[in-house]
Amino acid sequence: MKPFAYERADETARAVSTVAGSHGHATFLGGGTNLVDLMKLGVATPERLVDVTRLPHAEITETKYGGLLIGAAVRNSDLAVHPLVRERYPVLSEAILAGASGQIRNMATIGGNLLQRTRCPYFQDVSKACNKRAPGSGCPARHGEHRELAIIGHSEHCVATHPSDMAVALAALGAEVHVHGGQGLWSIPLTDLHRLPGEMPQRDTILAPEDLITHVELPPLPLARNSRYRKVRDRASFAFALVSLAAAVEVDGGNVADCRIAFGGIAHKPWRARKAEETLRGRPATPDAFGAAADAELADARPLRDNGFKLLLARNLFVRVLTDLVDG
Amino acid sequence: MAEVATRAIGAPVRRIEGRAKVTGAARYAVEHDPGEVAYGWIVQAQVARGKITDIDDAEARSQPGVLHVLWHGNAPRLEEVSDAELAVFQEPRVAYRGQIVAAVVADNPEAAREAARLVRVKVHEEPHDVGLRADHPHLYKPDKVNPSFPSDTDKGDVDAALARAEVTIDHTYSTPAYHNNAMEPHATLARWDGDRLTVYDSNQGAAAHRAPLAKAFGLEPEQVRVLAEHVGGGFGSKGTPRPQMIVAAMLARISGRAVKLPVTRQQMFAFTGYRTPTIQRMRLGATGDGRITAIEHRVFEQTSQIREFAEQAATPTRVMYATDNLRTSHRLVRLDVPTPSWMRAPGECPGMYALESAIDELALAVGIDPIELRIRNDADAEPDSGKPFSSRNLVACLREGADRFGWADRDPRQRQRDGRWFIGSGVAASTYPAYQRDAEATARVQPDGSFRVGIAAADIGTGARTALTQIAADTLGVPVERVRVDIGDSALPRAGVAGGSMGTSSWGAAVAKACEALLAEMERGGSEAHADTKAEIEAKKDLARHAFGAQFAEVRVDGETGEIRVSRLLGVFAAGRIVNPVTARSQFIGGMTMGMGMALFEESVMDRRYGDYLNHDLAQYHVPANADVADIEVAWIEEDDPELNRIGTKGIGEIGIVGTAAAIANAVHHATGLRFRALPIHLDGLVGAGT
Repeated sequence: MKPFAYERADETARAVSTVAGSHGHATFLGGGTNLVDLMKLGVATPERLVDVTRLPHAEITETKYGGLLIGAAVRNSDLAVHPLVRERYPVLSEAILAGASGQIRNMATIGGNLLQRTRCPYFQDVSKACNKRAPGSGCPARHGEHRELAIIGHSEHCVATHPSDMAVALAALGAEVHVHGGQGLWSIPLTDLHRLPGEMPQRDTILAPEDLITHVELPPLPLARNSRYRKVRDRASFAFALVSLAAAVEVDGGNVADCRIAFGGIAHKPWRARKAEETLRGRPATPDAFGAAADAELADARPLRDNGFKLLLARNLFVRVLTDLVDG
Repeated sequence: MAEVATRAIGAPVRRIEGRAKVTGAARYAVEHDPGEVAYGWIVQAQVARGKITDIDDAEARSQPGVLHVLWHGNAPRLEEVSDAELAVFQEPRVAYRGQIVAAVVADNPEAAREAARLVRVKVHEEPHDVGLRADHPHLYKPDKVNPSFPSDTDKGDVDAALARAEVTIDHTYSTPAYHNNAMEPHATLARWDGDRLTVYDSNQGAAAHRAPLAKAFGLEPEQVRVLAEHVGGGFGSKGTPRPQMIVAAMLARISGRAVKLPVTRQQMFAFTGYRTPTIQRMRLGATGDGRITAIEHRVFEQTSQIREFAEQAATPTRVMYATDNLRTSHRLVRLDVPTPSWMRAPGECPGMYALESAIDELALAVGIDPIELRIRNDADAEPDSGKPFSSRNLVACLREGADRFGWADRDPRQRQRDGRWFIGSGVAASTYPAYQRDAEATARVQPDGSFRVGIAAADIGTGARTALTQIAADTLGVPVERVRVDIGDSALPRAGVAGGSMGTSSWGAAVAKACEALLAEMERGGSEAHADTKAEIEAKKDLARHAFGAQFAEVRVDGETGEIRVSRLLGVFAAGRIVNPVTARSQFIGGMTMGMGMALFEESVMDRRYGDYLNHDLAQYHVPANADVADIEVAWIEEDDPELNRIGTKGIGEIGIVGTAAAIANAVHHATGLRFRALPIHLDGLVGAGT
């Protein structure tokens, strides 16, 4: 692998300025569970790694509004078992535990999890074309092996999916991402962090290289106490989602009072199902209504040659998870 | 004090090297410390077919720590070896994508890897063909199939019998390419001392690796020593030398250092072997009451441009069911692909998936329980050859399995449900030949009264070392603690590879014979004896020797998402004498788990535009995870077969994977009413099956 320098950051502003001043040659290192693999494969070739796991962003604290402020350096395992997460946001705990393996979750950080790259096989193989890795080289997946890839929101340049389970739950929960960047401190909704591929599939997110995620904030969301994550994959563990669903729902008098829903495994980003949510609010909490809501959300889906099964899978999963949540 | 000899054979003796393995004390190939060492890294072709016009290694050589870059333009000439995959750097031709075209040796592995990335290989690319199909114009009939079976057999009049049959089945089954994914990737540590070569290698037979290595470098076998004391699995892919062994020895010679060359997981998907994809057409004819009158099994598979490997997928059909009319054939096509090779039960594994699926379809067509149908067609003699069986307990396995599994309570109707889950069960037979190869062994008594036995056997995680120790202890009439068996070294007496499920039979017979000879020698005041089983093997009767088994699967299929869960697996085997019930159980369970992988998860995916296997790591090539394995039960029927070998064993390493995939596919059909004739069975075709 390409030789690189390593430094451990002990101050956030300095870490950001180091990366900002590197002209794209330095990058932040979290748990390394994805980046180090990509460096070995030659997919990522940074000259300098700035280890941000020792920065003071490793706490989980309750906000004064009853939400949670999660440091970006918190390990996935620690977040999954946190008592307040399990009590108030079970969908998040379930999503994290559905991902990777115990060893990987022990290393992986929250910030790193959000910024992991697609597992599209062409992206991970430098001997092949890929617009995300080598812009302009083409997308062999579009007419090649794409069974596990996107069915919605893709472009002719890229059909990759975002691999994170955790991000799907955070998208449903309306999480906010706090950033310490070259331009100072700012924050954005998690659903705006990741991009659709469009003309620039090389950009997974809106972040500039020096923009460091410092925290993820969960709003208070009482309905999230009744929430669930379900992941369908090719084997029972240690596989990325074919389709997954994060959902929280509150029922009042047989009708959906409110809900939060997001899909994973179908798009270049965690897919917040806003159309479905809008369709459902105030409607009867029945399988038929759930099916109609899923259809509304997936109306824009454009499956590829070999992944059409994901469309019905997404719909069925949607109906199943919502029905289970409503039935308790 | 008189010693009481407890009987070790049949006892659950713990794995002798178990503690060394779990504590890390056991050293695997490149974990050995040879002193001053350098590290190799392999450069692979990035086209599927072509000719290298030039290699620019200037930038690679200029990297700090890089010692040499080796390719066909500067590599030493090798003597010709029979396996062209080993003729590395001898010519500019590229025969498949991923083939080794250059290698780097450097002071450290990181420098070697980076330099390998910087080697520029210029290739005149030619159009390639990597697609197997049953109507490929270049299909041909190989002279023989692995290892030396006839390609085709034809008994009776199959066409007439099929035309007359009251019921016929005619279906085509296909299996994808599968890759052996041993826990320890292939790896070699090579060191030269003058004109003597020592390699620590991860392989399934030190002696079998010595000869081609010596030949390639123009050495006498005595000048080469191959050591493989501990090996982290192989499944057949380490049964013959792989090119990294040659590359390591070349790099060591040219650099004057000991060289470590581990193969990466991704590289294993290119040049260390795999199971060919197969297309298998099965035609069965039967009477209305389920007597099979004809079987035809036609197999289509691939090999590479540089070496022929013909998987013997139709051979189990020559063994399984009684019929007067039996035709089998194998057709190969040479493609621009890596050379396929041995993978756990080559032949039987894919072949029995097709045969046992077709048998299930026949049972449904004639309305007879699939176990009863198999019993009704059990063979008194080997169907193809007419030879008597030394023993055959397929029916006993089916009956014992049916009892244990609760088959009598099975409702034959399909699509039975438990909530949103479909539940179904299926059965399939297993078989594997009981081979034995000649071997030599030495035994000697030590001054302290303990014993030491030597044989160039291999323990690739099977428990072979432990089994051989049990055999030696019983023969000598002493506890196992008094015996040490040395294996994994080509300097030890000659022995065949850990393959063909014949390790214990072949090596065990030599060990037992050597220990017997030692006892006689000790009577005469001697302390050492040597044995060779060649003569006794040549004197064996001409019988059909096979192990048999029955596998049962229960699956649950989510009618909404199509997710498949194997809730139960049961295997019952009749494989001669079981030397160690603990390690045997592990072998059977391991085989069945791998069979589950074959049925539901594993598939080497190729993008034909590129020509290599795309999903080349364990995140993408899915072997079963613990969460996939709910409940596996294993049982065996004790056989006392005097026509096998001194030990009475038939071999257990491979039969566990034979039949599992068919049992699971048959269970999926019972559960859902949907028949999948192409493996693996993914959920794609099952989504919404319940609606």
